[in-house]
Amino acid sequence: MDPQGKAVEHGVHSLGYTKVKNVRIGKYVELNVDAPTEQEAERITKEVSEKLLTNPVMEDFTFTVEKISS
Amino acid sequence: MKLKFGVVVFPGSNCDHDAHYVAETILGQEARLIWHKESSLGDLDVVILPGGFSYGDYLRCGALARFSPIMKDVVRFANNGGVVLGICNGFQILVEAGLLPGVLLRNSSLKFACKYVYLRVENAETRFTSQCRQGDVLEIPIAHGDGNYFNDQDTLKRLEDRQQIVFRYCERDGRVTEASNPNGSLSNIAGVMNESGNVMGMMPHPERACDPVLGHTDGRKVFDSLVENFVLA
Repeated sequence: MDPQGKAVEHGVHSLGYTKVKNVRIGKYVELNVDAPTEQEAERITKEVSEKLLTNPVMEDFTFTVEKISS
Repeated sequence: MKLKFGVVVFPGSNCDHDAHYVAETILGQEARLIWHKESSLGDLDVVILPGGFSYGDYLRCGALARFSPIMKDVVRFANNGGVVLGICNGFQILVEAGLLPGVLLRNSSLKFACKYVYLRVENAETRFTSQCRQGDVLEIPIAHGDGNYFNDQDTLKRLEDRQQIVFRYCERDGRVTEASNPNGSLSNIAGVMNESGNVMGMMPHPERACDPVLGHTDGRKVFDSLVENFVLA
């Protein structure tokens, strides 16, 4: 399911860190959203994540919204 | 009367001209290239989504191409029963667009695989394989880094029950083995079609095995089947 994670786990083990398990490779995406409220920013982020940023057959997603001042 | 083939060109497509050449020169049909920014396919019988690296494979293979303007009309065409063939990156685009089930993950080897493979025809009663017999073995090249077909077990069962698995990777003698699976695909799947049988995606490149000058011609069976079914219809 995650060939890259498996390969990295082998690498970690060959460094001697045999206690490390379940290495998973994913993606980290940053978005700046121009929205009047945090709820609106959350709604937009969720929609974009579902429609484009992830494929539900193989990926899950979580996100956090932080307020930034312009 | 000649069939009208349309080959969609995305930024990063690189097998578009091969597909066009096969349709026009090898098959003797009409063919034109369609830039992805066009909004309409026009009058076509067959749409081919070609191989390549649309949008540089950014984000996920096919994920960005699926939102190219032309894709709205490709989805409409497919939903109206139009014949769509996705090859390699075209297959990846079709799964991202939701026209075919499943997803294509990174090859289990993590290496780009570029070689001839053997494919067993799992279903010869399709408009893409009617020139074959069930169990025939075709020799066709692959060239991909993300061809590892994956799906959940329920969907796999449904694909099997409805005979939507068109090709499986196999040995030269037709045995489906782990050793003959070049990318880790679930159940050795190399090509699947939708339930109504008008949309097929495959990772191997039949268009690269049509002109005898290239050494192999098994890919022609896919295209000849397509043409045969329009002539009969």
